[in-house]
Amino acid sequence: MTLTTQTKARGKPPRARSRSRLAALVGRQPIGIALAAPYALFLVAVFAYPLVLAVWISFHDYFFAAPGVEVERPFVGLENYRTVLSDPDVQQSFVNVAEFLLINVPLTVVLSLVLAAGLNGAIRGRTFLRLAYFAPYVTASVALVAVWLFMFSQDGMVNELLGPLAPDPSWLVNSTLAMPVIALFVTWKQLGFFVLLYLAALQGVPKELYESAASDGAGRLGAFWHVTVPGVRSATTLVLILSTITGANLFTEPYLLTNGGGPNGASSSPVLVMYQKGIEQGNPDTAAAIGVVLVIGVLLISLVHKKLVERD
Amino acid sequence: MSRILRYLVLFLGALLFVFPFYYMLISSFQSEPQTTLGSVLPSGGFTLDNYTAINSRVDLIQSLVNSGIFTGGVLLGTVVFGVLAGYALARLHFRGQGTLFASMLLVQIVPFQLLIIPIYVMIVRTYGLADSYLGMIVPFAINSTAVFIFRQFFLSLPEELFAAARLDGASEIRILWSIALPLVRPALVTATLLTFIGPWNEFLWPFLVTKDADMQPLAVSLANYISNVAGRAANPYGAILAGAVVLSAPAVALFAAFQRHFTASDLGSGVKG
Repeated sequence: MTLTTQTKARGKPPRARSRSRLAALVGRQPIGIALAAPYALFLVAVFAYPLVLAVWISFHDYFFAAPGVEVERPFVGLENYRTVLSDPDVQQSFVNVAEFLLINVPLTVVLSLVLAAGLNGAIRGRTFLRLAYFAPYVTASVALVAVWLFMFSQDGMVNELLGPLAPDPSWLVNSTLAMPVIALFVTWKQLGFFVLLYLAALQGVPKELYESAASDGAGRLGAFWHVTVPGVRSATTLVLILSTITGANLFTEPYLLTNGGGPNGASSSPVLVMYQKGIEQGNPDTAAAIGVVLVIGVLLISLVHKKLVERD
Repeated sequence: MSRILRYLVLFLGALLFVFPFYYMLISSFQSEPQTTLGSVLPSGGFTLDNYTAINSRVDLIQSLVNSGIFTGGVLLGTVVFGVLAGYALARLHFRGQGTLFASMLLVQIVPFQLLIIPIYVMIVRTYGLADSYLGMIVPFAINSTAVFIFRQFFLSLPEELFAAARLDGASEIRILWSIALPLVRPALVTATLLTFIGPWNEFLWPFLVTKDADMQPLAVSLANYISNVAGRAANPYGAILAGAVVLSAPAVALFAAFQRHFTASDLGSGVKG
């Protein structure tokens, strides 16, 4: 853009040229800088600076001090990372979140694509169906956790329904089942949003492809597999990445549903451990290190997803 | 056959999605929520006792006011500054535009939760904004997804419209206010709904900044009730579920009222980018 304004300026009167030099510096419509400035400042203050601060804190012996008090916070290199990575609580929380992702992500992708394909096109009761699938997404986790606590409690409805098949110890206090229940909860809560993403992507799949698949003798299942699935591939990348991020953010559910990541840390999450170590126990430096490790993990997983889905 | 199967799957699935809401609602009106299978049907004995009970432990009105101020502040920031930024990103050419656009996309994949330690250090320790509305609002003040939606809608307007207005000597602010904004009203509704559910439902951040019960939004005060008090009460679920109904009702009602604005195509423009 700057290049074209410069070439146009050649051979024009000096005033126009100096104006275009200014344009090259601030752009053709510098008022845009003023309009976008509040948002740009916001991003710097709430994302860029904290990101740098998180990394800085993680390399220093950082502790909370009263506002305005000057304290020394010596550089400690990788010390915090060593502490974090050798901490069994932290290791456990990363294993837990891996288990969570292994259940939640494939389930989310498959269910939301199938539901979106079912909801696509003319269908009776569309408004009701949309409302139903979307309701958990717009509702606060805290409110939904309340119902799940009620349903999955020791003598809750689910165990009543299962009768002698009810697990012992019950769902949320069972160290094998606590994390799967949380993964199921989050899948249920977020599914509506991903259905919407897939519905949007389905509008972009050309109708002719279905017709030619049908004329090639492909059944509905064949068309789904050979036309729909490849047709929404970029949406699949997005769903994979976004559901991975949601998983990495896990906090409210283990905090409330399993009473702080119980039993015995079997359903703790990295963000929950960050909160416990950083704010409850006052070690922001090691907590920041957990955050940095987690960001790197999320970025790596996202890259792998992107490579895998968009391989060809 | 396959049509029947399709409807069967879709409606059975929808039932699974709706059931917890139904169960929450009817149980909140029963004097002693039962867990037997028969309790799935309301068994008479309609009562508001649970609502009185939760209100005596958690000041519902004050909590709702706090949730409202928190959400209102975020909405105001997003609508004012988000529209300005979205317009600038879509229709103006200025230095740093590409960087800003890239940052906007990047921000959406940096999990906010991972920044809580530095943001907590900044807001609570450095600026002393604990137990204040400002401290709650600042990290959410402008919703990046909403900025993105605004940009996509402004981008979809025909360029001639803007060229003509500029030839007539209209200022950019005037073009935005009287030409572009009225044309993107659907985007305003979509973005407002999307932004609303963020702070209204948010738990972790307001939980970290508010220790004073009079400042806590409903999501936080209800969560505190669940994790602290409930364990010791004899039959805590009635009160908890009543609180959950109060917390979820505004978001569900808003979404139900405006659900036609929340369509695949509205968000689709955002997805395809």
